[in-house]
Amino acid sequence: MIYDFLYNLTGSSVLAGFLIALLPLFAFILPFALFAVLLERKVAGHIQDRLGPMRVGYHGILQTIADIIKLVQKEDIIAKENDKLFFNIAPVLTFVGSYAAFAVIPFSSIFLGAKIDLGIFYIIAVTGLVVAGILMAGWASNNKYSLLGAMRSAAQIISYEIPTILVVLSIVMMTGTMSLFDLSENQTGYFWNWYILGGPSMSLQKFLLIPFMLIGFLIIYISTLAEVNRTPFDIPEAESELVSGYHTEYSGMKFAMFFLAEYANMFAVSAIVATMFFGGYQSPFGYLGNSLNMSWLIPLEQFFWFIFKGIFFVFVQMWLRWTLPRLRVDQLMAASWKYLIPIAFVNLLIIGFITLI
Amino acid sequence: MKEYFNNIFTALLTIFVGMKVTLRHLFTPSVTIQYPDVKILLPERERNRLYVNMDDCIGCDQCARACPVNCIEIETVKSLPGEDLGKTSNGKKKALWVTKFTIDFAKCCYCQLCVFPCPTECIYMTDVYEFSEYDRNNLIYNFATLTEEQRLEKIENFRKFSEEKEKQKSQAQKSE
Repeated sequence: MIYDFLYNLTGSSVLAGFLIALLPLFAFILPFALFAVLLERKVAGHIQDRLGPMRVGYHGILQTIADIIKLVQKEDIIAKENDKLFFNIAPVLTFVGSYAAFAVIPFSSIFLGAKIDLGIFYIIAVTGLVVAGILMAGWASNNKYSLLGAMRSAAQIISYEIPTILVVLSIVMMTGTMSLFDLSENQTGYFWNWYILGGPSMSLQKFLLIPFMLIGFLIIYISTLAEVNRTPFDIPEAESELVSGYHTEYSGMKFAMFFLAEYANMFAVSAIVATMFFGGYQSPFGYLGNSLNMSWLIPLEQFFWFIFKGIFFVFVQMWLRWTLPRLRVDQLMAASWKYLIPIAFVNLLIIGFITLI
Repeated sequence: MKEYFNNIFTALLTIFVGMKVTLRHLFTPSVTIQYPDVKILLPERERNRLYVNMDDCIGCDQCARACPVNCIEIETVKSLPGEDLGKTSNGKKKALWVTKFTIDFAKCCYCQLCVFPCPTECIYMTDVYEFSEYDRNNLIYNFATLTEEQRLEKIENFRKFSEEKEKQKSQAQKSE
């Protein structure tokens, strides 16, 4: 494990813990955010038959770096009527909420922040902070658009947490573990061992499970999309209605923090979906390291597959963003309470019965 | 109940249809033209910045008179009998020094009315459309080829010549 490695390297448990906490941020989230923002703009451009950013670097690859430099230079505006304390805490809280989820996400079999048994439960609990941060930002901004956006966001995240949890519950019930590491390890081997295809056991159960796992995957994908406030569920930010929702009043690095939190969240939910249904860091076709007898290659391959799966789902999120129009508030609530939750419940019961067979 | 499942089915189906459409557009070549590097081909008879080919200009002032906004200013001085100003490309003999030929593009309305009366076709529209300036005075383009000294010289020459002529005339009158 990477913690033992750092512990041996530094000789101090505090320093090793600190380093391992920083590692996902600098090794992964910041580069990912840089890449994802560019990807988003490129995908947006090409879907609309445009080119996207082209001027900074070859085909605009340095565009986000230029944007970051611009953001750093910007004045940090705090309006007179803002609630200063909460206004300053909110972006940090939002970012912490989404960053804390990375503690238990297994990037590969050795790159895992904390190997705790309550993995998924911890993620669901700690991402609750994001709602608090968003609501705090909306209230402290003292702006009607911010507040409306924050209220919508809170309503949305809370309603969509239920189908997410129900699907997570069905997986937990089936596998008997909440640890994301164990979930990934269970799906080792080839892609037919993934939970989307019924899990590793070769029996009648596996084939009965396939359609319900597919339904579960669709539900959790839709509901996590809503939880990270992406189109078509972006009513908290709805540019055309609410300026930009809860971060209307933010500028400079505080805005960047919300932005970073949004992209970190996008990857976190994609990673969770990938871990639960698509084998996590497991390769779909076996490892090159095994066939070449180079065991040190395996973790790197695992890291590659994990990033590949995560970014693929992030890409699908972007693809959906430029395909579907924004839902109305009542449609959003109807989709959650009338469709996703009942189906998720029935799905949970059916998966329970199949597991009992 | 039937409607409920129908709704789910249509929702999923339409989402996938929409995703298919956007995926197709993701791979269609984009229509963007990288403007400052690549420029779109303008139509054949586009009207942009004027240009005056002073080699052909005979200083007839017809363009200035045709201009509806008076943005062309021309001053001419008659040449002396001995001077040869050359010919225009279509064979007209030049008889005037064009001491001033300015076009104020801040005023110009790009109507092309100055182009048609020109007897030697020396004023015409080009395809240059990027000529913004920070100072409005920079938009006054000078086309006259004479330098300031030459200009003064020509004016002076003509003044002397006409004075001489006057003198001759008055002498001739006196002697009568």
